[in-house]
Amino acid sequence: MLKLIKNLTKRELLYALFCVILIVGQVWLELKIPDYMSEITVLVQTEGSKMSDIILNGGYMILCALGSLIFAAGAGYFAAYIASEFSKNTRKKIFDKVQNLDTEEIKEFQTSSLITRTTNDVTQIEMLIAMGLQLLVKAPITAVWAITKILNKGWQWSAVTGVAVLILLGVITTLMIIVIPRFKLVQKLIDKINGLARENLTGIRVVRAFNAEKYQEDKFDKTNNDLTNLQLFNQKKFAIMMPVMYLIMYGLTLSIYFIGAGLIQNSLLADKITLFGNMIVFSSYAMQVIMSFLMLAMIFMIVPRADVSAKRINEVLDTKQKIIPGTFDGKTEEKGTVEFKNVSFKYPDADEYVLENISFKVNQGETIAFIGSTGSGKSTLINLVPRFYDATEGEVLIDGVNVKDYKFEALNNKLGYVPQKAVMFAGTVNYNISYGDNGKGEKSQTKIEEAAKVAQASEFIEKMDDKYETHIAHGGTNVSGGQKQRLAIARAIARDPEIYIFDDSFSALDYKTDAVLRKELKNYTKNATSLIVAQRIGTIMNADKIVVLDSGKCVGMGTHKELLKTCDVYKQIALSQLSKEELENA
Amino acid sequence: MPRPNHGPAGGQNYEKAKDFKGAIKRLFSELNTYKTLIVIAFTLAILGSVLSILAPNRLSDLTDEISAGLVINQNNMEILTKKATENLSEDKLKELLPEILKPNFSEENIQNIMQDKNISNQDKQKLGEILSNIEKNSEESFKTLAELPDSILEKIFTETTYEGKTVTSKDKITLLKMDKENKNLNLSQTLQEILFKEVTIDKIKVSSSDQYKFVKTLSTLDKNEGEENIYKTLDTLPKSVREVIEPVMNISKIKSITLLLVCMYLASALFTYIQSICMTDVANKFANNLRSRISIKINKLPLKYFDKHQVGDILSRITNDVDMIAQSMNQSLASLVSSITLFLGSIIMMFVTNWILAITAIVSSLIGFIGMAAILRKSQKYFIQRQTELGNLNGHIEEIYSGLNVVKTYNGKTEASQKFDEYNEKVCQSNKKSQFLSGLMQPIMAFIGNFGYVAVCIVGAMLTMNGQISFGVIVAFMTYVRLFTNPLSQIAQAMTSLQSTAAASERVFDFIDEPEMSSQKDITKHLDRENVKGYIDFENVVFKYDGNENPTIKDFTAHAKPGQKIAIVGPTGAGKTTMVNLLMKFYDINSGDIKIDGVSTKELTRENIHELFTMVLQDTWLFEGSIKENIIYNQKNISDDKVREVCKEVGLDHFIRTLSKGYDTILSDNESVSAGQRQLLTIARGMIQETPFLILDEATSNVDTRTEELVQSAMDKLTEGKTSFIIAHRLSTIKNADLILVMKEGNIIEQGSHNELMKQNGFYASLYNSQFEQ
Repeated sequence: MLKLIKNLTKRELLYALFCVILIVGQVWLELKIPDYMSEITVLVQTEGSKMSDIILNGGYMILCALGSLIFAAGAGYFAAYIASEFSKNTRKKIFDKVQNLDTEEIKEFQTSSLITRTTNDVTQIEMLIAMGLQLLVKAPITAVWAITKILNKGWQWSAVTGVAVLILLGVITTLMIIVIPRFKLVQKLIDKINGLARENLTGIRVVRAFNAEKYQEDKFDKTNNDLTNLQLFNQKKFAIMMPVMYLIMYGLTLSIYFIGAGLIQNSLLADKITLFGNMIVFSSYAMQVIMSFLMLAMIFMIVPRADVSAKRINEVLDTKQKIIPGTFDGKTEEKGTVEFKNVSFKYPDADEYVLENISFKVNQGETIAFIGSTGSGKSTLINLVPRFYDATEGEVLIDGVNVKDYKFEALNNKLGYVPQKAVMFAGTVNYNISYGDNGKGEKSQTKIEEAAKVAQASEFIEKMDDKYETHIAHGGTNVSGGQKQRLAIARAIARDPEIYIFDDSFSALDYKTDAVLRKELKNYTKNATSLIVAQRIGTIMNADKIVVLDSGKCVGMGTHKELLKTCDVYKQIALSQLSKEELENA
Repeated sequence: MPRPNHGPAGGQNYEKAKDFKGAIKRLFSELNTYKTLIVIAFTLAILGSVLSILAPNRLSDLTDEISAGLVINQNNMEILTKKATENLSEDKLKELLPEILKPNFSEENIQNIMQDKNISNQDKQKLGEILSNIEKNSEESFKTLAELPDSILEKIFTETTYEGKTVTSKDKITLLKMDKENKNLNLSQTLQEILFKEVTIDKIKVSSSDQYKFVKTLSTLDKNEGEENIYKTLDTLPKSVREVIEPVMNISKIKSITLLLVCMYLASALFTYIQSICMTDVANKFANNLRSRISIKINKLPLKYFDKHQVGDILSRITNDVDMIAQSMNQSLASLVSSITLFLGSIIMMFVTNWILAITAIVSSLIGFIGMAAILRKSQKYFIQRQTELGNLNGHIEEIYSGLNVVKTYNGKTEASQKFDEYNEKVCQSNKKSQFLSGLMQPIMAFIGNFGYVAVCIVGAMLTMNGQISFGVIVAFMTYVRLFTNPLSQIAQAMTSLQSTAAASERVFDFIDEPEMSSQKDITKHLDRENVKGYIDFENVVFKYDGNENPTIKDFTAHAKPGQKIAIVGPTGAGKTTMVNLLMKFYDINSGDIKIDGVSTKELTRENIHELFTMVLQDTWLFEGSIKENIIYNQKNISDDKVREVCKEVGLDHFIRTLSKGYDTILSDNESVSAGQRQLLTIARGMIQETPFLILDEATSNVDTRTEELVQSAMDKLTEGKTSFIIAHRLSTIKNADLILVMKEGNIIEQGSHNELMKQNGFYASLYNSQFEQ
């Protein structure tokens, strides 16, 4: 937490100082109010006091109240400023960090977790700062100040107040100890309830097909009852809190009065009035002390939550970027060549290699395909080209230059990458196709439409309400999977890259579209090199070169026909998908 | 998962219900079951509030009693003064003086004086004059005597005795010269004893010397001196006198008031406790009931409901919305009742006590509240703005993070950063405003309280001076001001949360009230699993999805004989699952008929139909539970051996036994069970069912090839002896199907065997050939 707070700028720290000063002023004025209050009380009580005195003191009191309001507003302004700026800057830091995180780390954190870290976790800390700056500063100041004000006014009263504070803290601590572990359990049960309902919803057909409605409901009811019982336990324990607070506060007032009565009774005449005044003042200060301890207790309830958030944020911020850009600006004689030289790859902590000793070369205009079972390393292999990962051993060369030497932008300008799961951005179709920067300036509308046409997307785009200006929703929820995939392919085409990377990008397309698209693409990009990862034999059997991977090793390389004869693994894959005659027909 | 109704943690929910009144009415009618508890809770809340209104009066009584101990006992003071100065009054002195003084006016003595050489002639002359007058006016005589010099007086007043006490001539002179106002009193022991007779007041004896000191102190007191100094002087008085005049507190009364207050506070605390326990009970049981009803409802809704509603939306009703309702019942409802009671009660009490002060208190607080309402409205605006901006920002973050590889490789980072900054700045700005404004609430509340306090004090003091009210009234009002202002903000808060609750309960009840699947009460026919032969007939089936313009299935007729294999092919999204939906009676057909062994499915219950079918779908649905539970899933009387047998058949047994807990291994997301193995598990589940019909959705190509073969052979085993409907993804497997249904854009456009369809040279043929095209 402190580590994050160190990130506050000088200006914010200065504002924090202002905030503290204002709060001190606010506390000062607030603690003056009881003085005037008792002054007014005495004035009203004594016969023959002047109206003007009452009005004067009343005026002072209102001034104090107004002053404390103004100070509080000021402090609130600064606190809001600091909290908002802080959360803005922290969010920015995390966002920048995440944008530069390596794929491996993102996998480790998981995208959803990174999102919560950037949003909810930051909000948690923002709240703590906004509240903490005011309460955390105010409560101790008030407590200490009020205590010093009343300390010499009668040890009996101080003792009672001390006891009250102890009881208060005792009750809160006991409750915390009993309830907090159960609170965590509540969260788990809520997740479980959610999980069970989700399970029922996602498997609704299966549930019904098995006539298992009752089975599911019973499961749900069990957890539901567990949750309810736990909640009841927690909340019933917590129900003690309010009445106890109430009793402590009023009990304390009563005790102070009762002790006061005794003290006054046994004192000298001259001291009685002072004692009475002290009693009234003491009781109102004692309330302030109790209230501030209550506030402190509240803060200690939110601090642990914010602390967890801070830790999660720091985890992201402390992650070191391992993939460092080079300096080469990308101007090469050679165009469209991709070469792997004895490339091996393993995850840093893993023992096993994901890829072992892979070597191949493709030239401009050629298509190379990678096939193999899941976990054979084909996706990892092409991920080495855009440097989602860096090869552990060996070199990956693009246009004869090691990818590690390129500036990121220069490398990316050569590539057109289409992931397995199409990514859509909120915006128009135009925006989605022309997305990004290829170092060749803005893409023209003709270019976009051409790309859409090649990607077999123009047909459905034309059918949309606003055609190329149609809005695509967040995550592309208003287009089908196949349409998304075609838009993603169009996006790559619009980039005019030297090298296409298709990471299983055709699986969402039906056979026919798949075939037509690849044919059109081939015609359109005669000079571009294609790297294709696929599951379907049909998709790749016309590639210039097919690399067959098995457990990270290259077990075969060649054309479809060659491989059918030479490579057992390839043959197996082919047979599982096409019948013998089909293979022969081809 | 999208949670449309939920802001970020801690953010306030400003959503409003479409029909606030209706939603609240519905909510309360649902709460009818818990009427007793709610009534108890509300009664206790009201009682507690009444106690809170009454307690301040007792407390001010207590203050009054204590402050009674500040003022000296005037009564005793008067008695003592009277007693002590009794002998000093003029009349009394007139009587007493001659007896005490006993002047020696004998001739002899006068003669002696006259001849004394130490006395001046002037004095002698004066004495002469006085003596000549003395007989005429005895009253004046002593006074005139006092004018004589001590040398003469000593001779006139010689030592005598009075009441057995020796009175020296010096004493006599002092007495003679004693000031009327008793100022500069300086009496000897003898004189004190003579003049002050011991008295007993309130059983306290005050000796003559104490009385003397008392009178002497009183005579020196300057009335214009400060109160404190007076009290300080009084504190120097002898103990007996102090005891008599000191203020008295009615300790027994103080004790009884304290005791009463302790009882009131305890009762109030107890009421609050019982009340919140009652409401907790109601809230949680109601939440439990709602969740359970939603869960049951899920299984009663027609499938078409789920076509239009997202899973996240329904989940958010179960958790967020139900939570919202429970929370607001637990916290807001009772506090609303007690706040309103407090508010009304304090207003009534104020007007009953004094209407002028009541108006003062209300008007002064109202001014503040108008200001607060304005701020509240403004801050609400910013809060909504903040929510929207935050939503935009979060959306952007989600988009960029989940598409990060594309963003990176398309050099979109700069643009993403720019957009992020833009959204981030907007959030920051609205954040500042909304947080600042909402932070103002607390201080403003405090100010309103103080302002009201002062207003009541000033107006109250004026009224006290006019003698219209006593001080106790002001003290009572000071607390009324607090009692009056606090609940207002609580009411405001409760109303906001009631708004969100209305919105939440609207959503929950909307879901619970959704129309359910058609009733099956009138269905009497039943097909036994064991006796079904396996015929399925589609006769002129027409089916249209709700909201679609054109029917998805138009006049479809086909016949399946026992043991036949029917394949359904077509591109993704062609509506292949529609066939599953109709067969399983997940949807009702619009016209035509589907018959099982000649019996119309319209005459069979859904449960009955489901009993006859085994369904294995492409999206492998497994739940968190052991492998065994997942395989047996809701089937009765399945032995462990049977489970193993089935697993052996699909080739899973070995794998399962390599797991640390074997068949009892709990399946969860992170478990190392691959997609293919999951598929096999669902096949095993289907195998255990032993039904006459099978619906099979083939595995996707996303499974590695080795497993795929395993899955394929497992599926082949599954189809043995069953009338099977297979949704095919690979054309190779369906060539030997007895009937192929070709679907495109939701329609069955061709049907027949492979050879027939190839001859037709239509869509199927082009689909089939496309995989070999260059």
